[in-house]
Amino acid sequence: MKKLADDVIEKLIFICGITAIVFVVLIFVFLMKEGVSFFGEYSFHDFLLGKFWYPTSDPPRFGILPLILGSLIITLGASLIAVPLGTMAALYISEVAPKGAKDVLKAGVELLAAIPSVVVGFIGMVTLVPIIKNVFGIPTGLTALSGCIMLAFMAMPTIVSISEDAINAVPWQYKEGALALGATKWQIMYRIILPAAAPGIIASVMLGIGRVIGETMAVMMVTGNAAVIPHGFLESVRTMTATIAAEMGETVRGSIHYKALFAIGAVLFIITFFINFVADTYLHKNK
Amino acid sequence: MVDKIEASGLSCAFGKIRSLTGINITVKENEILGIIGPSNSGKTTFLRALNRLNDFSLNYRQEGKIVMNGKDISKIDPESLRKNVGMVFALPLSLPMSVYDNVVYGPKRHGSKNKKELQQLAEKCLRAASLWDEVKDRLDASALKLSGGQQQRLCIARTLAVQPEVILFDEPCSGLDPISTAKVEEAMVELKKKYTLVLVTNNVKQASRVSDRTAFFLMGELVEIDITRNIFVSPKDKRTEDYVTGRFG
Repeated sequence: MKKLADDVIEKLIFICGITAIVFVVLIFVFLMKEGVSFFGEYSFHDFLLGKFWYPTSDPPRFGILPLILGSLIITLGASLIAVPLGTMAALYISEVAPKGAKDVLKAGVELLAAIPSVVVGFIGMVTLVPIIKNVFGIPTGLTALSGCIMLAFMAMPTIVSISEDAINAVPWQYKEGALALGATKWQIMYRIILPAAAPGIIASVMLGIGRVIGETMAVMMVTGNAAVIPHGFLESVRTMTATIAAEMGETVRGSIHYKALFAIGAVLFIITFFINFVADTYLHKNK
Repeated sequence: MVDKIEASGLSCAFGKIRSLTGINITVKENEILGIIGPSNSGKTTFLRALNRLNDFSLNYRQEGKIVMNGKDISKIDPESLRKNVGMVFALPLSLPMSVYDNVVYGPKRHGSKNKKELQQLAEKCLRAASLWDEVKDRLDASALKLSGGQQQRLCIARTLAVQPEVILFDEPCSGLDPISTAKVEEAMVELKKKYTLVLVTNNVKQASRVSDRTAFFLMGELVEIDITRNIFVSPKDKRTEDYVTGRFG
């Protein structure tokens, strides 16, 4: 009897575990199937490097270069804001802040991660967008810059939380050893703690970037969604994710436009897969 | 010999736990002062009070005065105090960098830039810690790859590199094999010509081998301090006798 229960539970756990993998594989296969069939009808070169995204013109043009560049500029800008701010915040929380402030800050940062992205987008739309419009004196505040700032907010919790764990995991003895040599607090942070925690910090940055690239709702609400090649942070841009979300509802199932959106999805999947892979490698190096 | 360090009425407590109760003790220049006693007797607390490492512990309180070179150490800023009072810990604490970088870490932090001088200093310190011959061909290798005994001597070299006057040893051989222990002890005896050493050890025999004077701590009290020979041959206090002859502890 005991043996039977044991077997059943073991099988159940096995099924649960394997399901997760099966789902990922199924999603991947479906995405690839729909995406690859697109290239039967449209050239791969024109798709990846085409400068114009006119899915409804005649003939339609599916160049995703502006979308890739849109995603890139948003990711770059958001990282430029979130990475220094996030790692500094993590250092402050784990090394400088007094005990009470530490707990409050850590909990606060983690709560930030729980805000739904549509709420972040909404707040950005009503507060940040008018400010950017007025400060820079431009016709609309729906720009790449607004997207960068809002997405930096969304990447921060990941970066702070995981970096803080990595910094906390640096053995206290390292700090003590350096202290005994007469090093100051800042010298220890800069020379000992940061290098020792580097793998974890890099992994946190990669995961944060992964979140930024994949984010859809907030970015769609504040960037203006103009599918043109961006020349700076004060122009409207459209990302790959926003394109899929905005247009999927209007396409005919099985049409070339529909397949083009899947092809974008496949490109996105490959990018995020790569980023997660790199982050994972670093995280495991840490252990 | 001149008094290097003088602690008077020193009491230390972590929260409600008192670990030292009003001890008076002096350390003389160019001697090795051995401190023995069972666990929890306050040996390490005393050591860490000398370079103010206790300051980082939660709820740490201290009474009494520690004077070094005629100056109250609570009035010296902690970084320059720790530069003058080096410390070698129980577990070899190599920093996660190369052997060479470990040695020059301290001097670099205190502003030495000259590459040539740093290299000479590194060699000098590694020689003084009797480690040079073993690592001269692998200065760029990670310090974490050295054996425990080598790492401990690397820590000594690193401590020497900031040119302290006093070196504190906190059970430096507790994790080492007898041969490595002998090497570290050899290095210590060599070092006392130039430095003042305070050695906390759980190993009574080690104190009898290397220290000039020995202090016996028990439950936060200084029971007895005398020339090492007297402590081991004719201790004045019954408790000291019991401890050094191995009747308890």
